[in-house]
Amino acid sequence: MDEIIGEFVVESMEGIDRLDQSLIVLETDPANHGILDDIFRTLHSIKGACGFLDFAALEKVAHRGENLLSLLREDTLKVTPEITDALLATVDTIRTMLETVGETGEEGTKDVSELLVTLERMAAQGDRQTEAPEPTAGSTPSEADLEEPVASDGDRLGDILTDDGDTERVDVEIAAKEQELGDDRPIGEILVDEKKTTPSKVDEALTKQAESRGNNQVDSTIRVDVKLLDKLMNLVGELVLTRNQIVELAENHPEEHFTPTAHSLNLITSELQEGVMKTRMQPIGNLWAKLPRVVRDLSRQMGKKVEIEMDGADTELDKTIIEAIKDPLTHIVRNTVDHGIESPEDRPAAGKPEAGILRLKASHEGGLVTIEISDDGAGIDADKLKAKAVRSGQITEEVANQMGDNEALYLIFVPGFSTADKVSAVSGRGVGMDVVKTNIERIGGTVEVRTEIGVGTTFKIKIPLTLAIIPALTVRCAGSRFAIPQVNLLELVRTSAPRSEALEDFHGTPVYRLRGRLLPIVDLRQQIGKPPRENERSVNIVVLQADDVHFGLVVDEILDTQEIVVKPLCAQVSSVPHYSGSTTMGDGRVALILDVMNLAGEAGLNSANKNYDVAAVLAESVQTPRSEDTILLLDLGGEKRAAMPLSTVTRLEKFELTEIESAKEQPVVQYRGSIMPLIDLAATLGLGSHEMQYGEMPLSVAVYSHEGSEVGLVVSAILDIVDNDGLIEPGSACVIRGKVTEVVDPQAYGHIYNSRIEEIQSAEAGASW
Amino acid sequence: MTLPSHRKLCTFRVGDLYLGVDVLDVQEVLYHQEITEVPGSHETVSGLINLRGQVAAALDLRVRFKLPERTEGSQPVHVVVRSNDEAVSLLVDEIIDVTDVATEDFEEAPDTVPLSTRELIKGAYKLDDHLLFTLDIDRTVQLDPYFTTEDHS
Repeated sequence: MDEIIGEFVVESMEGIDRLDQSLIVLETDPANHGILDDIFRTLHSIKGACGFLDFAALEKVAHRGENLLSLLREDTLKVTPEITDALLATVDTIRTMLETVGETGEEGTKDVSELLVTLERMAAQGDRQTEAPEPTAGSTPSEADLEEPVASDGDRLGDILTDDGDTERVDVEIAAKEQELGDDRPIGEILVDEKKTTPSKVDEALTKQAESRGNNQVDSTIRVDVKLLDKLMNLVGELVLTRNQIVELAENHPEEHFTPTAHSLNLITSELQEGVMKTRMQPIGNLWAKLPRVVRDLSRQMGKKVEIEMDGADTELDKTIIEAIKDPLTHIVRNTVDHGIESPEDRPAAGKPEAGILRLKASHEGGLVTIEISDDGAGIDADKLKAKAVRSGQITEEVANQMGDNEALYLIFVPGFSTADKVSAVSGRGVGMDVVKTNIERIGGTVEVRTEIGVGTTFKIKIPLTLAIIPALTVRCAGSRFAIPQVNLLELVRTSAPRSEALEDFHGTPVYRLRGRLLPIVDLRQQIGKPPRENERSVNIVVLQADDVHFGLVVDEILDTQEIVVKPLCAQVSSVPHYSGSTTMGDGRVALILDVMNLAGEAGLNSANKNYDVAAVLAESVQTPRSEDTILLLDLGGEKRAAMPLSTVTRLEKFELTEIESAKEQPVVQYRGSIMPLIDLAATLGLGSHEMQYGEMPLSVAVYSHEGSEVGLVVSAILDIVDNDGLIEPGSACVIRGKVTEVVDPQAYGHIYNSRIEEIQSAEAGASW
Repeated sequence: MTLPSHRKLCTFRVGDLYLGVDVLDVQEVLYHQEITEVPGSHETVSGLINLRGQVAAALDLRVRFKLPERTEGSQPVHVVVRSNDEAVSLLVDEIIDVTDVATEDFEEAPDTVPLSTRELIKGAYKLDDHLLFTLDIDRTVQLDPYFTTEDHS
């Protein structure tokens, strides 16, 4: 019995999923009786099965829906948006109930009375309009039609025409004879040319033929449990490895005469692998099929008109990928309808038709699948984005000014960002696009956005074909082998010096200078709790990217790159954060796949200040030359160095101990007729105080002017003035003259100075001299 | 549910414990498997093994039962069992036999048995020369130290 129910649920669900689409088509094309019949048939068979399986409530819902449909079929009632809404609600209710049946075997206790009343009311409208007799329960008038076979005698066009009484059998036979004699026109065309029938009749017959062939197609497919396919996939993966071993063996023993056998094994295995991979592939159209419903409901709710166009719906993707992009794709589509497409009142003014167009396009492009979601809406205004981001404090005005329009677009992917002026039920909460980006990147994909104001916006998603087999770099560390997904890999670096010389210490974190930039270093040995390596003469660094963070992973040895079959971690080790999966290697041993995002996170490289990171990365990508051409190099004592743009420094001074006074426990000096606070630069930069060494007087001070007030920055020594080679950015660290140097960001420290100055000034007023 | 009067148990030894699992729960018994260490994992996890392409965790029952470590050089035996549709290898000292046991000889573990042992076994069969404990596979392979006590009747 359970098996029957299970089958009923699966089959009904399929039908129900199709109904969503069919109902949308029906709304735009109410005269399409083929679709109407199909909808009716689906509901009818669910109703029948429910009666058999004794799901009374479900049967009642299906029955009322069917009643309403039969009125539509008889043209007693016209399709209106309200009726479509009611029918879609019916479909939703049936779906929820089917889900309950699938989970529990019972139909559940969902309250359907309201829906039943709605359906009744809709049906009653029809009765009032035409006073048609109310269809009696259980035997709708059209039931007889259903049992009628589409074509009695096979599905040949001639037979269909004859059966429908459109032609005489003898004419068909003559036409068939002509074909045999070499006439290459199709049979329908011959009949029309001979004036035995009309083109419209032939068209009708062709439609019937297609339908009947479609039905037959059901027999040529079977349902297979995905688990079984996964298992097959696994076995094929193993076969590939065994094949590799045999091929290697054959190459080493050419005299053994089994090279040809090994060669054919090689070919067959490759084909088998491809075949099994294909079984897991699904057309993206399966996913898209759900979107017209989403768009319809949303556009109705928003009072917009949206047409949806699809191109490349037969592009195939691995089932797991389809699952993974379902939510991101739906989100982008919802956003497009909500923000992208203008209201029907605004569109004609811009010279566009009232209905906006949402276009979905999928295609294969060099081992990747590209999905484009574009609209012909208003486009995204980069200036608005920037203004919004500045207002909400996500970027500074300075960063915004340097940002190109194209960079600014990517602000929509910053967490917590939203441009919607008002929060609607759909979007505007600023949650979503960042999740979209993260989810797509998680499966090794990328998302791009292009826009033109007044013309439209296009989101371009690129994703791999499959997740099951990925290219990976294998490395060795502390005796174990690890695989690193190639999507995360940027480059490999091997230093010529041992660790103590190659890596530098910065704030207690090891860093490596890669082409003048500082790359934070994560030691894999340390991460997996192994002792440090001894007697190494060089350091192997794998430069990786996780989200927007770049970092170097130190490993013992870099082995090679290969395609690996990804296997999930077993339950007993899945709680270890460093690994995302496991795989079997050519020698049959298991290797762990490193979770790069997690490694970065564990090492404290990302997540904590994500907003700052994004802004920094955006600022970095802009690459605008700074106005400050020369910088001042400062010694903070204890090998620590800092740099600041010379333009922000007004004077360099030296003060004697006797000149230093104290106001509110703040060291101050009288400077040009006012009180100037002294600040220990090393302490404000978090580099540890160098304890204003009063013994070594006089103090070196760089006078920094901030909003009209002056502050004295105390340093150990003022070293030099150097040219800015373009690599120096405030708030970061860089290498100047062979030393790691902190670059002072006047903006970031401005508020500290402000608060100090206020304190001093209030002290000054109180002193009343 | 009435238990059949006789069951067949696959029996093995871990330290001084004689343990058994229903033969139907045993997928296979393997010797000399290459084990891949998983740094950072639970101490019971010896590593991962490759079961014809399927990756399975190997759990050391000596560690699980808090027994002294296996002596250097002695090769453990893999008893591969299925739990929650996933294969798991249990590392034991040696395989003994497939033993027929009578259900009337079964008794639940007395309270005096140390908790670390008691929570992993269902009970014991009183055999002529020793006690044979039946292993609770699902609990044994579940490594969360805070697992909830389930109804055990």
